[in-house]
Amino acid sequence: MTADGNGSAFGSRIRKEDARFVRGLGKFVDDVVLPGMLHGAMLRSPMAHARIVSVDVSAALAHPRVKTVITGEMLAERGMAWMPTLSYDQQAVLATDKVRFQGQEVAFVVAEDRYAARDALELIDVEYEPLPAVVDAHQALAPDAPVIRDDRPGQQDNHIFDWESGDAQRVAEVFAEADVVVEQDMLYPRVHPAPLETCGIVADMDPVSGRLTVWSTAQAPHAHRSLYAQLTGIPEHRIRVIANDIGGGFGNKVGVYPGYVCAIVASMITQQPVKWIEDRAENLMSTAFARDYHMRGEIAARSDGTILGLRVRVLADHGAFNATAQPSRYPAGFFGVFTGSYDLQAAHCSVTGVYTNKAPGGVAYSCSFRVTEAVYLVERMVDLLACELDMDPAELRMRNLIRPEQFPYDTATGWRYDSGDYPRALAKLLDMAGYHDLRAEQAAKRERGELMGIGLSFFTEAVGAGPRKHLDMYGFGMADGAELRVHPSGTAVLRVSCMSQGQGHETTFAQLVANELGIGVDEVDVVQGDTDHTPFGVGTYGSRSIAVSGAAAVTVARKVREQARLIAAAMLEADPEDLEWGDGRWYVRGVEGAGHTLAEIARAAHADIDLPDGVDGQLAASTVYNPPNLTFPFGAYLCVVDVDPDTGQVTVRRFVAVDDCGVRINPMIVDGQIHRGLADGIGMALMEHIAFDADGNHLGGSFMDYLLPTALECPSWELGETVTPSPHHPVGAKGIGEAATVGSPAAVVNAVMDALRPCGVRHADMPLTPAAVWRAIQGRALRSDLAIR
Amino acid sequence: MQVPAQFEYERATSVAHAVDLLVKYNGAGRVIAGGHSLIPMMKLRLARPEVLIDINEVGELAGIVRDGDELRIGALVRHNELLDSAEAAQLFPILVDAERVIADPIVRNRGTVGGSLCQADPSEDLSAAFSALRADAVIQGPQIRRTVPIRDFFVGPYETVVGPDELLVELRVPVRPGSGSAFVKVSRRAGDWAVGAVGAAVWLAGDVITEIGIGLSALGAQNFVAVEAEDFLRGRVVSAEAFAEAGRIAAEHCDPPVDQRGPADYKRHLAATLVARSLTLASHRAGREV
Amino acid sequence: MDITVTVNGRQYRRTIEPRVLLAYFLRDELGLTGTHLGCDTSNCGACVVWLDGLPVKSCTVLAAMADGKQVRTVESLARNGQLDPVQQAFIDCHGAQCGFCTPGMLMTARWLLDRDPDPSEERIREAISGQLCRCTGYENIVRAIRRAAELSNTADDDGSSAALAGEQRDEVAS
Repeated sequence: MTADGNGSAFGSRIRKEDARFVRGLGKFVDDVVLPGMLHGAMLRSPMAHARIVSVDVSAALAHPRVKTVITGEMLAERGMAWMPTLSYDQQAVLATDKVRFQGQEVAFVVAEDRYAARDALELIDVEYEPLPAVVDAHQALAPDAPVIRDDRPGQQDNHIFDWESGDAQRVAEVFAEADVVVEQDMLYPRVHPAPLETCGIVADMDPVSGRLTVWSTAQAPHAHRSLYAQLTGIPEHRIRVIANDIGGGFGNKVGVYPGYVCAIVASMITQQPVKWIEDRAENLMSTAFARDYHMRGEIAARSDGTILGLRVRVLADHGAFNATAQPSRYPAGFFGVFTGSYDLQAAHCSVTGVYTNKAPGGVAYSCSFRVTEAVYLVERMVDLLACELDMDPAELRMRNLIRPEQFPYDTATGWRYDSGDYPRALAKLLDMAGYHDLRAEQAAKRERGELMGIGLSFFTEAVGAGPRKHLDMYGFGMADGAELRVHPSGTAVLRVSCMSQGQGHETTFAQLVANELGIGVDEVDVVQGDTDHTPFGVGTYGSRSIAVSGAAAVTVARKVREQARLIAAAMLEADPEDLEWGDGRWYVRGVEGAGHTLAEIARAAHADIDLPDGVDGQLAASTVYNPPNLTFPFGAYLCVVDVDPDTGQVTVRRFVAVDDCGVRINPMIVDGQIHRGLADGIGMALMEHIAFDADGNHLGGSFMDYLLPTALECPSWELGETVTPSPHHPVGAKGIGEAATVGSPAAVVNAVMDALRPCGVRHADMPLTPAAVWRAIQGRALRSDLAIR
Repeated sequence: MQVPAQFEYERATSVAHAVDLLVKYNGAGRVIAGGHSLIPMMKLRLARPEVLIDINEVGELAGIVRDGDELRIGALVRHNELLDSAEAAQLFPILVDAERVIADPIVRNRGTVGGSLCQADPSEDLSAAFSALRADAVIQGPQIRRTVPIRDFFVGPYETVVGPDELLVELRVPVRPGSGSAFVKVSRRAGDWAVGAVGAAVWLAGDVITEIGIGLSALGAQNFVAVEAEDFLRGRVVSAEAFAEAGRIAAEHCDPPVDQRGPADYKRHLAATLVARSLTLASHRAGREV
Repeated sequence: MDITVTVNGRQYRRTIEPRVLLAYFLRDELGLTGTHLGCDTSNCGACVVWLDGLPVKSCTVLAAMADGKQVRTVESLARNGQLDPVQQAFIDCHGAQCGFCTPGMLMTARWLLDRDPDPSEERIREAISGQLCRCTGYENIVRAIRRAAELSNTADDDGSSAALAGEQRDEVAS
């Protein structure tokens, strides 16, 4: 299974985390209670775009249980009214000049309890002078559009960036040769990761030591520490960021939010701990949203179905501040992988980012830095091409998939896919699903006027960022540290920079180390999410934990095993070169069964034997893993839906998913990650989205309006797998955190469009609500970014 | 997370006590039962009652009983109690159909029939269901106990005829032979409010519709009912054509609100579709296939 | 106002503001932080506890309404160090990921199994349909509840909460 470890610690097993979770003993940020702790509440703008005339907090300050009220003006005096974003823009911590989206932070009340803090918000008097709002991204660059970011010197319009990838000239050539060109506008609507736990913080500034301790929902604790240091002037070594248990993240908890900064400032001012926990409306209205990509795709092919080229134009709505959390040289994230899983000759995309009067964000919700948008685009285009050519979409895909012998495969837009056997995965999917029977059933139903749809999607993920040379987050190269200590008894503690939000790192990472050292999984504890006790790294998002930190863990374990070899050699009075590792022991070649286990070697390392050169005593090592390339998990998905033509209701009857994420360390956890992403696909395809009315009012600010799928909308997922190891990951793993979220929405939409084919429907945008489906059948599709009129 | 503004709390022990408290607070008191509409609105500070009068302990308001030719459903009956009631299921399957799709099982443990009706949300499923059944509402005031047809109960969105010193006590649903009823709903997701929902009750003599009730929820029907469609059907023989025409008439006379659940044309279409479907199912349950 | 609530068999007397929600009463006053809050609109179900034997969304119940009543939270499921079958099944089947929805799911699962010891998959999905999970796609929660049914049906002990009422102690903790 692996090059060096024997794989015995891999496999499904009980998660270490669950013992506390099933007892209600998880430690989430809102469970942190400190003596003298105060509570913060945020006043937010009711308007999408308005000039602030005045902010009067005197009545709130007069509330007997209010300790302080922080305003933008107060922050400005400290040079903290604005904070840098991960995209090198600035974002208002508390508004000083204008508010630029509904829900923007205006003032922060600190009181003795949550009730007084909330009550005092109503005592703050803010006078606004309303300004026209930019709501429709397509109007953002109109010459008469109001300029949102007049805080930026020289900014005369709402343009953020233009970015392109691929060879436009070459694309023009292949399009000219093509027998058929299909084009389609499509919107990947604004959605929200909506982890069940909202964001929050407890900030505790110790006035004596000058140390700041922060408990927060941080997917990237080290990056948060660095940003806090930059912002507050507190030296980095005096800041400790602790993320205990996190109740789901999905990219929502990567960035630093104004509420965090305000709680820190409040603790600095009051010299007491300050807790701030978002409510659900705040979470949905102000924190990192996802997608909002307005795309035009064009696909060119020969009449036999050979795909020649792909051209994409994107208008990217980034909201009021450019705060996308992605590698800084990639303003459109990894959208450049939009050629997907197909071997085509030429491709080109151009992306224009614009400001609108909406919340900032864009890269979140398990999007793998916008691979979601890319996969959705290409998988819709391939289906549209199949429709145009009247070809079976499975057959069209099979014809164009990259062949196994082409790996490593260099795409037309400059990505090197590491490994894959795509036709095998697709064939397995079709077999598991009973594809031909499904098509026969569909044909019979169509005869009777019933609408049944079968949707396919084949995706290639791009995960595990770095390498650091090309990929950085806010200047931090995307490489991650790991430290491993083996105690005298042979048990071990691994310290990693990534941070689980439910992915089970405590278990999987222990398995990785146990596998290398030949000790029990229970004999390895994993420390994460505490900057005082873990090495630096950029955190968990983009499915990078196993691909980067996991590789770091294996690497550091192998380092320790090499130390153990030297010590074992001394113990055995043998040449280290004559030793072999097997069955959890170092032994002299040829005498299996003898030799020493790690526990014996660890004991010796701490004892009085003469240590060889190059060993300091004790077994411990650290490393920083800089991945040589991304890893490219892939998969083939199939969705079966039934559509009621009179009501537009869609029922997902089956969902079959074949995933290849390389070597599976804990298959139980891998399956669980896939289940989640498949449910995301149901959610996004059928119900989730955030629209805005003409005034910029957010129309999805609660779970009554922002709908998430329940157990009743989700079918029982049918999973299959193939295993194509990554050639460059130390155990051949690729990462699985976001694959299903990336791959599933297109399968659901393709299924619904397939069902609606007899009605003459070619495309309709997500979410395919009953109204949207019915309107599509009528030939009058709804726009899902704007209020229904 | 959000917390409500301050209020005073009183726990009523009887209907008389509840009414006394309403009188005592002279319009400032608001009755709370399950609280699943009111408390979220209070948390979001869209509602700010000065005094909450908790009627959860008022035993007189509980229970579902057959009383002669009426089924009496106490205002404090929880949704799940109605859903699980064999008597209600046998007499009025429309109520079970509706309850099965109201909110979710946990909310239904707490939310009450009376609370849902008094909230008078234009999307309330039970308002359409009881209107279709032509139920009566029994209301207790300081002096008198009055009975109001449910079709006269709703004054407008979030408004009923229940006065500031009155309390809804129970619903009385007439039991008549030859009946069939059904409720159909389209929502964006389980537990969501209706995009549109229709309840239908038919009373048949042979094939002939002797009385009819069609209740519409979330579709902008005056007082939740499709009177014109009912008038059209009364006295007719059940048929798919008649039901389709009733649907068309109901759609023509409703005025659906435009919101994120759908545009008006879709909801109007839904009214027509669901009226016909609910009538077909109700008729089937009354023993007549169309 | 003063209220007396029996939580997990133990009686607590507290002075509270009427506006205190039951969920916050449990968390802030009693330190029972297994009950979570995920929304403000009674949609997510992270806060499900039992009130007089019925699961309710405790963010939408006033603590005042629980005066004189029995409340049961996730912290009561394990007895004498022995996990309830639903807890064990959630471990066995990977029914928890981030752990935030888990307590509410467990409380509903226990209630369902007390009423229906052998629920179908459909019944299980219906029972948890008022509770959101963002991690599991529900699959392993459904499997866990099925497994708990099997565990309970094979165990001598009924694994249920029936004994709890009898165990109530009149100790006033404050």
